[in-house]
Amino acid sequence: MSNPVIPNGSLALTKKDFESDQEVRWCPGCGDYSILAQTQRTLPNLNIPKEKYVFVSGIGCSSRFPYYMNTYGFHSIHGRAPAIASGIKCVNPDLSVWVITGDGDGLSIGGNHLIHTLRRNLDIKVILFNNRIYGLTKGQYSPTSEFGKITKSSPFGTVDHPFNPIRVAIGAGATFVARTLDRDPAHMQETIKRAAEHKGVAFVEVFQNCNIFNDGAWFKYTEKDTKPDNVVYLEHGKPLIFGAQKDKGIRLNGFRPEVVSISNGKYTKDDLLVHNENDHDATYAFILSHMIDNPALPVPVGVFRAVQDMTYEDALNQQIEQVKQKYGKPDLQALLESGDTWEVK
Amino acid sequence: MSKPVENLKDVTIRFAGDSGDGMQLVGSELANTSAILGNDIGILPDFPAEIRAPAGTLPGVSGYQLHISSYDIHTPGEKYDALVAMNPAALKMNLENLKPNGLLIVNSEAFKERNLQLAHYKSNPLEDGSLDKYQLVEVDITGLTRKALEELNMSAKVVDRCKNFFALGMVFWLYNRSMDHAIGFIKDKFGKKAELVEANLRALKAGYAYCEATEQFVTSYEVKPAKLPPGKYRSLSGNDGVALGLIAASQKSGLPLFYGSYPITPASDILHELSKYKHFGVRTFQAEDEIAAVCAAIGAAYAGALGTTGTSGPGLALKMEAIGLAVSVELPVVICDIQRAGPSTGMPTKTEQADLLQAILGRNSEAPVPVIAASRPSDCFETIYEACRIAIKYMTPVIFLSDGYLANGAEPWPVPDVNSLPEIPVRFAKDPESFAPFLRDEQTLARPWAIPGTPGLEHRIGGLEKEAVTGNVSYDPRNHEYMVNMRAKKVQQIAQDIPPIEIDGASKGELLVVGWGSTLGAIKTAVERKQQQGKSVSRIHLRYVNPLPRDLEKVLRNFKKVLIPELNLGQLVKIIRANYLVPAIGYSKVQGQPFMSSEIEQKIDELLEK
Repeated sequence: MSNPVIPNGSLALTKKDFESDQEVRWCPGCGDYSILAQTQRTLPNLNIPKEKYVFVSGIGCSSRFPYYMNTYGFHSIHGRAPAIASGIKCVNPDLSVWVITGDGDGLSIGGNHLIHTLRRNLDIKVILFNNRIYGLTKGQYSPTSEFGKITKSSPFGTVDHPFNPIRVAIGAGATFVARTLDRDPAHMQETIKRAAEHKGVAFVEVFQNCNIFNDGAWFKYTEKDTKPDNVVYLEHGKPLIFGAQKDKGIRLNGFRPEVVSISNGKYTKDDLLVHNENDHDATYAFILSHMIDNPALPVPVGVFRAVQDMTYEDALNQQIEQVKQKYGKPDLQALLESGDTWEVK
Repeated sequence: MSKPVENLKDVTIRFAGDSGDGMQLVGSELANTSAILGNDIGILPDFPAEIRAPAGTLPGVSGYQLHISSYDIHTPGEKYDALVAMNPAALKMNLENLKPNGLLIVNSEAFKERNLQLAHYKSNPLEDGSLDKYQLVEVDITGLTRKALEELNMSAKVVDRCKNFFALGMVFWLYNRSMDHAIGFIKDKFGKKAELVEANLRALKAGYAYCEATEQFVTSYEVKPAKLPPGKYRSLSGNDGVALGLIAASQKSGLPLFYGSYPITPASDILHELSKYKHFGVRTFQAEDEIAAVCAAIGAAYAGALGTTGTSGPGLALKMEAIGLAVSVELPVVICDIQRAGPSTGMPTKTEQADLLQAILGRNSEAPVPVIAASRPSDCFETIYEACRIAIKYMTPVIFLSDGYLANGAEPWPVPDVNSLPEIPVRFAKDPESFAPFLRDEQTLARPWAIPGTPGLEHRIGGLEKEAVTGNVSYDPRNHEYMVNMRAKKVQQIAQDIPPIEIDGASKGELLVVGWGSTLGAIKTAVERKQQQGKSVSRIHLRYVNPLPRDLEKVLRNFKKVLIPELNLGQLVKIIRANYLVPAIGYSKVQGQPFMSSEIEQKIDELLEK
């Protein structure tokens, strides 16, 4: 009932089927183009009929996304997309419901809805475009902007400590949490696919470049010169190895991750942390989430956490079925006449 | 040794005690008994926002007022004939509205130094002569309850909690009520604890027997059954009426009911009630906040359910941006506002009608929303049902107004035959050939309802201005003006569904009293009395406050004067004056309490004399 996937055969959909007739109006060079393209490339392979997709967004550059998808789409109000998506999923679990949001929309004005949607574990896919800036309002700092950042609304530097979106999601109890990069199409497609196939809420942070107001915010992690030494890809069951020569790894020293060399003979692969995305205990995922805050460590990219739990809509519908079994077929007339009644003759 | 029985046409009784004294419980039990005996009843629970304010203090007083009648009544009574005061604080808070020579029963045991101080009495009112103008009956309710229960060997605390049933037993004797229903009620309520059943039954019967035996009461009273239209009745509170009305609309339309809500006084009971009816497919969603509650309802409506939400004034303020979105994307959402006294947090448990302008106008830009208001507790059922019908037919959010007075008040309700409820046809768009997201129906101006999951109808909606017909984003100046006008016209179009105004009294004359919402009872009682005195006064009551009925202007112009009583500083009167340039006169009350009909009578007299 809650699985929109068609079991057998392909629906023969292509990327073209997911392109709407609307002219895309993001700034040339914006990272959003890549996210749109990777989504349009991935969706045809999920075996979900096109009419079952619903994209819901809030306000901001990212939130124009639904207009460009030839699916059902709802461009709503600032921060509220998770709440609207929750209503949709509650009454029609058969739909594949996606929330497109940004760092301002999802973590500032809509922070409350985001955490509660994550904790409820509705089977909704949340893609958060993180460019660490307010783009549509032309360049103010966002809740993910680094401390001290100089922007239009912080000419002397921000005095705000930023949110770490992955940590927020894990803290809120999200059952699927991942990070991907606008400049790594293959990884993004894989991540979107994994999110779609996860049964339960999925939270995906995308490092997205705003080339107008915050150009290069993530270049350290996305450009080929610097990326190998600053990014560690997470693969389930495999040790955390990175570096241009694949000669560095992450080892746990107590609760703290540290970078060790596996080429100088002191440590081998066997000493390294082996990635496990299925641990219900979120401690390990939290450790990974902190790595971005430590400049001595690479930033993990990939699936931090993928665990199974009862979804909200399944619990809701199961309860309805149980109560139906208990009380039988609903009878409106009997309901209106329930309680103390009396006849006037 | 039976005592004489005196017949009364009607009687108003008020129970008052600490909020932990169980006044609401025994009050509603007397109401149910009276309803089953065939009386017309009106009730007014009046309780503090504090769950348990310190015992004996003024803020902790909880009251329950009940009007029992042998004829058709419209209010829970105003000045009461009898007051049962369980302690000095209850006496102090409630004495003002006891009629001169009214029956005043006090629990004498509670009139001790400490309680008198807590109630800010400088001297004991039982001794200082200040109660001389009432029929004061001092009864040691605490002591007599303890005595009646002494064989049961229960803790003093438990025993003392039974004194409300002793008081109820007394009132049952005084007004010749059968104890049968109350006995059944006690057995049901405390069924799992046999000792509590026994204790409360003993207290009830002891109160009854006490009155029969004591010389303090010489007469008992009787209120004969009222002549209500034949049929099956039940007692219905306003909030229960809303819950049942929503379920009825869901069943009749065939749409699953989704109710998103965040707990808020006095609307929470709707959420509680609806959450019991999962077997009717009801999905209740206790959201993280007011905004999420309405947004989830919008999402549910978008996906093809009956999307509804409920709140009170402060919550409505929070929901407004989202209601504007529902206006813009033209989805059917029903928003219940159970008004309370404000501004801000105000007096959450007290009533007011001051959200009218917020409901009609309180959004950014031109965002018209139909607004309809219930007039009495049982009318909440029909009015919320109508709100759902309008929302679906015209593809628009609708705000339903009730208030604390209606929400918690209750009255007998002739249960309707579900087959007699108006149909709520639903047409989902299916055909890709003829579909355009904002192509309007000629008669209603509604756009099609095309729900996700329908093949071939994939389309985008949003809060940005839309091009007519296609729904594509548009910044075209003329298109914007056209769409603003179209949305306004669509809401005005709803007036075609409003039945002709019913005038109570002559259709021409000196004075017309115009009411809306919960003031119906007080206005109706006042106007009927003045009509019986031969005064040229008529009355109309508006359920539809936006849009207004098309024949309203004509009706207004047939009277020399128009009076509009409201529990606000004059909100409908502003609208009437602005719309029709009629010099309507406002009459305001903002005390957190409903109008008394005597207040409206006085105002009518004043206007007719001039």
